[in-house]
Amino acid sequence: MVATGALGAVGAAAVAWPFINNLNPAADTLALSTVEVNVTPIAVGQAVTVKWRGKPVFIRHRTEAEIKEAEAVPMSQLPDPETDNKRVTDTAKKVRPEWLIMIGVCTHLGCVPLGNKPGDPKGEYGGWFCPCHGSSYDTSGRIRKGPAPTNLVIPDYLFTSDSLVRIG
Amino acid sequence: MASSHGTPPVFNNKVIAWVDHRLPIFSYIEKEYHTFPTPRNFNYFWNFGAIATVMLVLMIATGIVLATNYTPHVLMAFDAVERIDRDVPQGWLIRDLHMNGASFFFIAVYIHIFRGMYYGSYKAPRELLWMLGVVIFLLMMATAFMGYVLPWGQMSFWGATVITNLFSAIPVVGESIVTWLWGGFAVDNPTLNRFFALHYLLPFVIVAVVALHVVALHVHGSNNPTGIDVKGPQDTVPFHPYYTMKDGFGVMVFLIIFAAFVFFAPDYLGHPDNYIPADPLVTPAHIVPEWYFLPFYAILRAIPDKLGGVLAMFGAIAVLFILPWLDTSRVRSCTFRPIYKWFMMLLVVDVIVLGICGSKPAEGFWVPLSQLATLYYFAHFLVLLPILGKIERPLPLPPSIADSVLKKKAV
Amino acid sequence: MRAMRKPFARKFLVSGAIALAALATGTVAIAAGGTEPPPANKWHFQGPFGTFDRAAAQRGYQVYQEVCAACHSLRLVAYRNLMDLGLTENQVKGLIKDITVPDLNDDGAPIDRPARPSDRFKSPFPNLAAAAAANNGKAPPDLSVMIKARANGADYMHALLTGYVPYDKLTPEQIKEFDVKKDDNFNKYFPGHKIAMAAPLSDDKVTYADGTKATLSQQASDVTEFLAWAAEPHMEDRKRTGVRVILFLLALAGLMYAVKRVVWADKH
Repeated sequence: MVATGALGAVGAAAVAWPFINNLNPAADTLALSTVEVNVTPIAVGQAVTVKWRGKPVFIRHRTEAEIKEAEAVPMSQLPDPETDNKRVTDTAKKVRPEWLIMIGVCTHLGCVPLGNKPGDPKGEYGGWFCPCHGSSYDTSGRIRKGPAPTNLVIPDYLFTSDSLVRIG
Repeated sequence: MASSHGTPPVFNNKVIAWVDHRLPIFSYIEKEYHTFPTPRNFNYFWNFGAIATVMLVLMIATGIVLATNYTPHVLMAFDAVERIDRDVPQGWLIRDLHMNGASFFFIAVYIHIFRGMYYGSYKAPRELLWMLGVVIFLLMMATAFMGYVLPWGQMSFWGATVITNLFSAIPVVGESIVTWLWGGFAVDNPTLNRFFALHYLLPFVIVAVVALHVVALHVHGSNNPTGIDVKGPQDTVPFHPYYTMKDGFGVMVFLIIFAAFVFFAPDYLGHPDNYIPADPLVTPAHIVPEWYFLPFYAILRAIPDKLGGVLAMFGAIAVLFILPWLDTSRVRSCTFRPIYKWFMMLLVVDVIVLGICGSKPAEGFWVPLSQLATLYYFAHFLVLLPILGKIERPLPLPPSIADSVLKKKAV
Repeated sequence: MRAMRKPFARKFLVSGAIALAALATGTVAIAAGGTEPPPANKWHFQGPFGTFDRAAAQRGYQVYQEVCAACHSLRLVAYRNLMDLGLTENQVKGLIKDITVPDLNDDGAPIDRPARPSDRFKSPFPNLAAAAAANNGKAPPDLSVMIKARANGADYMHALLTGYVPYDKLTPEQIKEFDVKKDDNFNKYFPGHKIAMAAPLSDDKVTYADGTKATLSQQASDVTEFLAWAAEPHMEDRKRTGVRVILFLLALAGLMYAVKRVVWADKH
């Protein structure tokens, strides 16, 4: 009796799983999971937005001043402490402080922060500013003020040469 | 009581009698909507259950017709809605009815909820009736949210993004849940397609829960403005024609106001940004949900912590489920509760203040104001309600409903 | 007791309605953003009985076609729709005789064929990316529903088209506050003031066939009238239907009330 019930429950779970899993990302969606970008056209101080997995990815060619500013921030001032160095390291552990590559989605509720285009407001900390609920990010994309709980997310990326970066 | 009245009806029409003998639907209608004994002292607040039902039927009817012309695809949805507006015969009418109908459905339901709270309709023996109502409210919110995504304008897209992202606040599994909800790595075509499917499905689930809501209502019958129980036939009138006619009149008045919006200000309750096609790379300056979500949106933003905000928002609705057990008073109606009555009014003001806060950008004095209003919202249910019931001295209750009606007449 | 309770119920409904109205206007006020609100104009299509001024809308079509259409699409409107503005089918065919639209021939090769009244307005660029590439990275927005896509759309459109301030007329404070460069376009009513579009209209930019003097404000009004029609071609039908529906509902509500009074007569 108990055994029958248990086996039945296993069967029910096995039937339920395809229905639940059906809603997960499909193979064609997953296939778009990496993107390659040539970074040579991006001048110092400029940034571009590329689309990756339906999300905007910010690639910023940082100025010396921006790098210095990001490195100088004491960890105690950060709601989500993380060194600048760690945020500019690719998957091969190579550090390129001039390239900041991160997902341009506010960690609060998923808006796209402003600050990538020349005329955009950059917020109090000179990085990015989310217009939805007022989160401000610094020149390393770290959260400094506002409701966002964590820093802008760094995706896995790898510089396959000095000019080519693969995201994902 | 519903069970204790009258003999089974006799039908003169042979066909009706034949059917009823095999499937007693006519007896059921006769018993529950004709002779059903209903308190004789309802005020116009008791119209809103019928009004909400009319709106539900209207939403389903217009929705089915719209679905025959709609295309749930990110490249075509915006244009499909515009085509309904421009080229489909009287498509503009059906669409304006549907999009304003959502707002007016919520207006009716909010007034209906207020009436239940003010007159203590949630108290024993109507706790389950009330809880089924909260379930309906939740289902309505889910349906309305997914429906707002379908025109695929800027507010559709960003509203969906903000709300689905709420689930990412759940520790550990949050991100996987959000990916599962989206069917991808962002709100995109799979999301739109499944929202359409669910938006079509959920209203029928609402119909089913409404049926249970009515079954539960007819077990003990309706509450009434005095909150005292029906004591005998002198306290009631048959539902038809007394309340069918009164409800009919109330529905007409409501529909006149509704029609004024549909025909003369169809976009007044909407947001202009939703006439801009969705663009995943451009965030609108202020993301505002539909007006009926604003109080809850304000509660979400009032808490400076992501998970905390999400919990508070869901808590604001969850607290309604346990309302019958938070109220410790021995009388139902606020009419006889001299102190709580004013706090009930304050709650209405509070929810309106929250709504206004929700429509403003989260900056300046709106932030502390929304925090204060959130604090009152929870304090009202969790602190004031249990304590006041113990210390407040209710006014003397009339001996019966009939008595209260006769006394009114004498004044 | 009765005298007390009934007005109380009514009072509640009224205050609820007021609160709702306040809420809704609050939302609209936000959408307008930080810049100064556009001045309110009188429009022929305003109010519960307002209709489109056909002559103005036809002139507005001319402004759109000769000026705006170089960059802005109107992809939701079809040439046949112009007949709603009082043009005959032959007039419409005449207007589009020089326009060609992309299609496929019988062999499946891409061709340009003459436009037909059933075609939607031809867009100036083949797709959004091309539109963006030709305009410094930002595609000029489609104008089909532009009037509905901005708060107080018609007033905003007129204000925007007439609200340009040349660089040498700006105060030093404005130049400093908004970081205006010599080549920037400054518009009083655009959020943030710096707008990618150079002033599109000026006095006598078009020549009207009906002899109307083509001042800047006149052209702006005309093209707004046209775009208001384009955004909601069925508006007149909507208002006409509304008047009938509300009259019908009032009559039915009146009857319902009378019946309700009669039914309740013995219970009050």
